[in-house]
Amino acid sequence: MTEASARITPSRNQLFLAYLQIGLTSFGGVNAWARRFFVEKKGWLSEQEYAEALGIGQVLPGANALNTAIGIGTRFHGATGALACAAGLFAGPMILLAAVASLYDSYGQLPLVRAILTGIAAAAAGMVMGTAMKMATKLRPSLPLWAIGLTALAMAVLRVPMPYVLLALAPLGLLAAWHETR
Amino acid sequence: MEEDDLWPLVTGFLALSLMSVGGGIAVLPEMHRMVVENHGWMDDLAFAKRYALAQAAPGPNIMVVGLIGWHVAGPVGMVAAMAAMCGPTSALAYGFARLRRRVAGARWMRVFERGMVPIAIGLIAASGLLLASGAAEGWLPIAISAASTLFVWRTRRSPLWVLVVGAALGGVFLR
Repeated sequence: MTEASARITPSRNQLFLAYLQIGLTSFGGVNAWARRFFVEKKGWLSEQEYAEALGIGQVLPGANALNTAIGIGTRFHGATGALACAAGLFAGPMILLAAVASLYDSYGQLPLVRAILTGIAAAAAGMVMGTAMKMATKLRPSLPLWAIGLTALAMAVLRVPMPYVLLALAPLGLLAAWHETR
Repeated sequence: MEEDDLWPLVTGFLALSLMSVGGGIAVLPEMHRMVVENHGWMDDLAFAKRYALAQAAPGPNIMVVGLIGWHVAGPVGMVAAMAAMCGPTSALAYGFARLRRRVAGARWMRVFERGMVPIAIGLIAASGLLLASGAAEGWLPIAISAASTLFVWRTRRSPLWVLVVGAALGGVFLR
């Protein structure tokens, strides 16, 4: 645990501009782009520091990318730093998606647009499934945790309401994890 | 109509935000229940397409919430839905960031991560299946979904490729 005192602390402005750029260029998931920017390009965070912020961001409820941005902003400048990062992350995509939404309202029913969007929707659905498979392969959970994950999948497919899924499976998952992390 | 739908939109996403352990995608089946089944704001395919738009655009894919909000109540709906989905969890994230030194590496954090992530992965897989069935108009979209699953799972190339190929195949064959 070396606290990197030699590193440069970015200003609030720099944080805002960094996340503005990340928000507008991060096709297919923010986290990989944010890591590249903060760790590789600018050197504002070490690999370990970024991984830590991401880890907390993923465990908490809410969008992982936003939670991570808030963690990074808070680390450098407290509440105003968090605001700078969150505002930067959303400013670009919000404006872009407002434009997309109004275009969709006007042109979404044209046959060619409909067809293209159905193709993209099918591909995006596959991306979500592929991401789940990739996470499972990387994580290599123990047998009990595999069973719990598959049960979550089955319950969600059978349309069991999510509060029940969490109430039923979270205690089991935590119990299994407790035994494994001694 | 728009006034009447704004309140259920906000309370619905507030409730969803607190369940969104594992991020925005894990909670998609529950979002689908609210948007398609309970309120009838849009059908299956429209839901899958809005997710696709959010995925194809840069930025966090939680933006799908903004697109749903826009559809239900216009620009005000977009901002209100995003604020409801992201506000409370952001406050929580800020609180944890203040405690960072005590939280990082603590045993209960590792237990929580290890125990909850498999559940999140199961829910994400279910979200993918749900979106795929929404887009499954005939055999070609099903084939695209299957191929895209394999591509993203087994290769390290940019996932943007599957969106480009999906768009091209759709434009040529699904008209």
